[in-house]
Amino acid sequence: MPAGYTREIPQRYRLEAGKCKKCGAVHFPQRLACACGSKDTEPYVLPSTGKIATYSVVRVGPSDFMDLVPYVVAVVELDDGTKLTCQVADAAPEEVSVGTPVTLEFRKVNQVGGHGIIKYGYKAVLDRFVE
Amino acid sequence: MVGIVGWGAYIPRYRIKLEEIAKIWGADAEAYRRGLQIYQKSVPGTDQDTATISVEAAKNAVTRAGIDPVDIGAVYVGSESHPYAVKPTGTVVAEALGATPDCHCADFEFACKAGSEGMFVALAEVKAGEMKYALAIGADTSQGAPGDALEYSASAGGAAFIMGADDLAAECLFTHSYMTDTPDFWRREHEYYPQHAGRFTGDPAYFKHIMGAGKAILEKSGMKPGDFAYAVFHQPNGKFPMKVGKMLGFEKEQLETGWLVPWLGNTYSGASPVGLTAILDVAKPGDLILMVSYGSGAGSDAFIWKTTERLKELQGLAPHTRDYLDKNQIYLDYGQYAKHRGKIIMNTG
Ligand SMILES: [Zn+2]
Repeated sequence: MPAGYTREIPQRYRLEAGKCKKCGAVHFPQRLACACGSKDTEPYVLPSTGKIATYSVVRVGPSDFMDLVPYVVAVVELDDGTKLTCQVADAAPEEVSVGTPVTLEFRKVNQVGGHGIIKYGYKAVLDRFVE
Repeated sequence: MVGIVGWGAYIPRYRIKLEEIAKIWGADAEAYRRGLQIYQKSVPGTDQDTATISVEAAKNAVTRAGIDPVDIGAVYVGSESHPYAVKPTGTVVAEALGATPDCHCADFEFACKAGSEGMFVALAEVKAGEMKYALAIGADTSQGAPGDALEYSASAGGAAFIMGADDLAAECLFTHSYMTDTPDFWRREHEYYPQHAGRFTGDPAYFKHIMGAGKAILEKSGMKPGDFAYAVFHQPNGKFPMKVGKMLGFEKEQLETGWLVPWLGNTYSGASPVGLTAILDVAKPGDLILMVSYGSGAGSDAFIWKTTERLKELQGLAPHTRDYLDKNQIYLDYGQYAKHRGKIIMNTG
């Protein structure tokens, strides 16, 4: 039973974070205590839109991702200022630059061979609906 | 009064043109284009499956409905391509939406009508007062055997509908199901690709069941084709839905809005449901819509929807199905397509 995967479902599937009720800091994933010392945090869902803050192009990836190379791994700054790291799906490296608007979509992140569990989570995609 | 409180679709960005498939198999592309009336089909990304497509379609439906996902009492996913042989797709979808744990969940299977089956049951549960909202999804990432006629049409996409009793965008006025034991298309356990009975899939299968369900629901409702603004039928190719629509007495103008298959391909369990989303995206309040699905094996589910004033407020809240279909597609050659669909044998040692 992949306990780690199950435990991480709220953040990986639903972008559930925590917010410090004292200083307002956002923790992703949720933490028990804030850097300010407060243990008074509340659940908070991250926005699913933002922009590329920085990125790098992976041309020789781990064997699990060899079907995706070349692919982009980016730090995405969400609309509330929270930063997270994820792959950019459906995009050639030359389509990505700092500041490119993105949306987080639900994707397969990894699968354990042809027989193991399928791991899902978020990836960033470029705006599909621009003219 | 029960019906749709929110709807949404999702179509992957990738496409392959029919010529690209015909080229590989030495087939006459023009004959296929004419025969199937399909020009291209959607292809899932290597990181997309029925669960990811279902989640994105359902998020659009939740956004339109403006509800708290905790109030969704049932999640039903109809598909012929569930990612797991054992472990319901709906578990992943319900978790991604935040509908767990107080939720009923089941996957449906009935070839291409698995999606409408879920809609049928979701409506009934809300009508019975068992729950406030029920979510039904039809989605597929189906595959045809390489070189088979189905390879030219089997595509990827899905649609989601949240059924409820208040604040309806479209009321469900009538339903009717029609089914028989007809072996026109099947896949045995442990087989990778389905088998089909060739031309037999037409008259005694698709046309018989859609006509059966379509005529019965018109009779039951006392309505006639001219009363409807739109009609949408299962669309395994471009020809069948247009032909069956005309056989039932509908005009081309009533059929075109939900007729996506020439540019989308056959999304199997998603086919008539995705067509319905394209209609809801643009319909006017008070419009009547007939939808009839078809699933091999075989059966059809028919629904008559009447849109409400609220429809207009919801149309712009999520992406339109035609935008997913027409904007910024990424075209693949057959080699890339084979990689996307896992048709290349890899050294996994
Ligand atoms: Zn703090």
